[in-house]
Amino acid sequence: MSDLPKPEDFAPKTYRPGSTDWMDVPAEIRKGIACYAGNPKSLEAVGLPNPRTWSCFDEDWQLPENWQQIIHEGFKERLEKFRSFKVFMDICVRCGACADKCHFFIGTGDPKNMPVLRAELIRSVYRNDFTKVGKILGRLGGARPMTIDVLKEWWSYLFQCTECRRCSVFCPYGIDTAEITMMGRELLNLLGLNIDWIATPVANCNRTGNHLGIQPHAFKDMLDFFVDDIEEITGIHVDPQYNKVGADILFITPSGDVFADPGTYTCMGYLLLFHFLKEKYGLDVTWSTYASEGGNFGSFTSHEMMKRLNAKMYREAQRLGVKWIIGGECGHMWRVITQYMDTMNGPADFMETPVNPITGTRFEHAKSTKMIHITEFTADLIKHGKLDLDPGRNDNLRVTFHDSCNPSRGMGLLEEPRYVIKNVCNEFYDMPANTIREQTFCCGSGSGLNAGEDMELRMAGGMPRANAVKYVHEKHDVNTLATICAIDRAALPDLMSYWVPEVEVYGVHEMVGNALIMPNEQERTTDLRGEPLPGMEEADE
Amino acid sequence: MSDKKIIIAGLAIFFVLITFPFWINMGKAANAPELILAPTAQAAMDSGEGCVLPLDEMRANHMQILDLWRHSVVRNAERIYVGADGKEYNMSLSNTCLDCHSNKADFCDRCHNYASVTPYCWDCHIDNPKGE
Amino acid sequence: MNAKYMYSFLAVLALFFLAYLGVRVPGLPVVFGILLPYAAVIIFIIGVGNRIMGWARSAVPFRITTTCGQQKSLSWIEQNKIDNPSSKGAVIVRMLLEVLCFRSLFRNTRIKMKEGPKLTYHLEIFLWIGALAFHYAFLVTILRHLRLFTEPVPYLIRLLETVDSFFRLEILYDVVQIGLPGVFISGFVLLAAAVYLFLRRLFIPQVKYISLAADYFPLFLIMGIAFTGIFMRYFSKVNVAAAKELAMGLVTFSPHIPESSISGVFYAHLLFVCVLLAYFPFSKLMHMGGIFLSPTRNLPGNTREVRHINPWNYPVKVHSYEAYEDDFREKMIEAGLPVVKQPAETAPEEKE
Repeated sequence: MSDLPKPEDFAPKTYRPGSTDWMDVPAEIRKGIACYAGNPKSLEAVGLPNPRTWSCFDEDWQLPENWQQIIHEGFKERLEKFRSFKVFMDICVRCGACADKCHFFIGTGDPKNMPVLRAELIRSVYRNDFTKVGKILGRLGGARPMTIDVLKEWWSYLFQCTECRRCSVFCPYGIDTAEITMMGRELLNLLGLNIDWIATPVANCNRTGNHLGIQPHAFKDMLDFFVDDIEEITGIHVDPQYNKVGADILFITPSGDVFADPGTYTCMGYLLLFHFLKEKYGLDVTWSTYASEGGNFGSFTSHEMMKRLNAKMYREAQRLGVKWIIGGECGHMWRVITQYMDTMNGPADFMETPVNPITGTRFEHAKSTKMIHITEFTADLIKHGKLDLDPGRNDNLRVTFHDSCNPSRGMGLLEEPRYVIKNVCNEFYDMPANTIREQTFCCGSGSGLNAGEDMELRMAGGMPRANAVKYVHEKHDVNTLATICAIDRAALPDLMSYWVPEVEVYGVHEMVGNALIMPNEQERTTDLRGEPLPGMEEADE
Repeated sequence: MSDKKIIIAGLAIFFVLITFPFWINMGKAANAPELILAPTAQAAMDSGEGCVLPLDEMRANHMQILDLWRHSVVRNAERIYVGADGKEYNMSLSNTCLDCHSNKADFCDRCHNYASVTPYCWDCHIDNPKGE
Repeated sequence: MNAKYMYSFLAVLALFFLAYLGVRVPGLPVVFGILLPYAAVIIFIIGVGNRIMGWARSAVPFRITTTCGQQKSLSWIEQNKIDNPSSKGAVIVRMLLEVLCFRSLFRNTRIKMKEGPKLTYHLEIFLWIGALAFHYAFLVTILRHLRLFTEPVPYLIRLLETVDSFFRLEILYDVVQIGLPGVFISGFVLLAAAVYLFLRRLFIPQVKYISLAADYFPLFLIMGIAFTGIFMRYFSKVNVAAAKELAMGLVTFSPHIPESSISGVFYAHLLFVCVLLAYFPFSKLMHMGGIFLSPTRNLPGNTREVRHINPWNYPVKVHSYEAYEDDFREKMIEAGLPVVKQPAETAPEEKE
């Protein structure tokens, strides 16, 4: 992060675009904003088009000869396949309500990061290629032909959108830039234009089941580490099951929880919870190394790739013969599960409507997908008094909650995590209303943009989120940012250390793990991070 | 697709609504109202004397003239109007206008009804001051 | 100077003079008064029909509802039924609120960044008010024009006129005389709202930056319609009976140009309307139909409860468990992970 401008040098934006018409302003693809190109080996591994070594900073992007035709035909195909795309191309009135709703526009001030203009980059080509008025009036009608500069502009700005859908909440017609970005990225992928932080995770997920390419034995090793840590802290030996045929429930979480702090602590929370339920109520949960990635980097690539990666969940559930699935804390994973999975890879007739065997609650709202969110599950347990909790163990945490974009605007999971947090922590403060729930701000690193090379973009895009955290930090002395998303847990620590260094990032189930009183546990002196528990600071010495 | 039917139905409703003027008038003759001039008015017309202003102007502007007349009489106590041809008129709806146009129902009302205009003249004035 | 609105403005100005002067040429009133209106209506109907059916032909592969509130999940958590609907009825309520009240636009805020940097969010309700005023004034204006297209005039239309002219406003000086015929508030609101929408395109830097000629043109056209209408009604005056005679001729399919003359301003007004109708299906004005087909709003957010069918769902290549196990069998066994096939059963050659 050495190249980054300092937060105090961050100049307030006036949001006044220049006087030059936007069509005459070429995209500036520069370091700090742009992500590196996809590794050809990754593209080959999953059969994505045009694998080659290239760089977005090169003049020549080594496109196929007939790239314009490919884009045109791909565009046409998607207009027929997706009414959303066609309607969104046609009906925008450019009222500007979306303009200052995008975290990237707020953070960068770049007018092409206004959702309306991001869409116009594509719409202008649509008018030229597919509408009579556009053909006749040309530029006066807002149309322009597809050129290499336009293509580079697409690539630049479609990878400056995190598909968070905040603009869609404010649009009077519900125009969803995420949908437009998804279409645009599909088109770019037809030419082999993607970024490595998406393409390589896709290839890894496809082969090993998780985005870092960790092989099954190493996956188990990681969990074994957590088992050891948990034993050290609680004196309890938890015993997770893997790939168990005939288990009742399959548990799938984003692999980030297994490999990267602070997600790992959240993972320890899951392990504790499932062990508790197994000991006390006999709940039979299995992990899978095959379907070991909840996150779906395919959804940042194309609908087809989304489907390919997502298919593993139902396949594994069917192979293991489980009754239903619990999904871990993840953002876009839950957008895929909620709005795509059943349609793409269902119907999941081989499973049953999820019923919590401990409380008897039927999760009717998930009776078709057969998959429920872990906070739905935990909230139900807490409501029925099935967990033994000591929220006092989290008294050193003054908590606020970051609603992840996708569970908020692609699902509506708002109260469940809050209910869980309020039952495992004593100090909870929401951020201002404009920045939470359906109006929540993205971490700035979603949809595959949490690479290292685009840190400047990420810090700018995450600024609105950080600003709201700073507000509750200053007002309520908040020191903990709770999340239910693996990308958040990977991205927000960077964001916090840049903007609000006093705030640490937690997963909700890490706090559950801290508060959960295991049967026969030893007296805990530290939390799952090994930090002394409140009141135990001296005992630690 | 299942929603195609709904879309077609919605579109059909929309078209039915916007073509309302076409089908509501189906089979009706749409003749403009025929105004009947009372004998005195007819005589003035035949003799070429005409109204206080030329016909086209009267058709479009008579309400404004009446308004001005009322204003002149009530506010300024001026009762004499000089027409375009220099002829003087008493500014009075009852005594001047209705003197010739004594058939409100066949003259005033026909057009007003046709154009859906409800002037408030008759809130105060009776339409047949001479009691004929 | 901005070419985008200058061109649009000049185009509307040219249209005005085309009609205003054109009708003085013998024979041309038939074109402006009969042929163009019929053509415009036909283009409008066919154009709108084509456009909507064009959208209808595209598939809706996924239910991508934008959920703007708490989902339906556990029985003791209150669902936000309107913003995150899970039933058809709730979707209808959501759509009605969207179409009739512009609910999403009502959420609008404006952001300011201060030194620090510190972000603040401000109430920005003017676009919502302006948009509501604009659309409803336009609707009322259109509806009350039905008095010129119906005989006898239906009671509801007359009632609407009475309500619209509720405020009796008369200004009477030697120079200015406004108030007769009775002032319809809708016309002035329409003009004011259109001017507001234009001015915000002109003065809000972001909105100016994104505006196209296609955004200015309909605004100028509608301003032109409102202005000529107001001018005709309150200033230059028009022979309403003759205007109605023309209109009635059109809607009873016995078109004729009335004998008593109608002013050039009337024909300009009419031409503006015709151009708007004909322009409508090819422009962003189709948002009127599009909002009903917007998949983020018109679908329930109950995808986990009721499966959505994708008409073009096709099988894809999936890296199967068997292939995965083949790839990692040795390592899995070594790590104590269960495997389906034992190494002996697989091909003899070594796996990497």
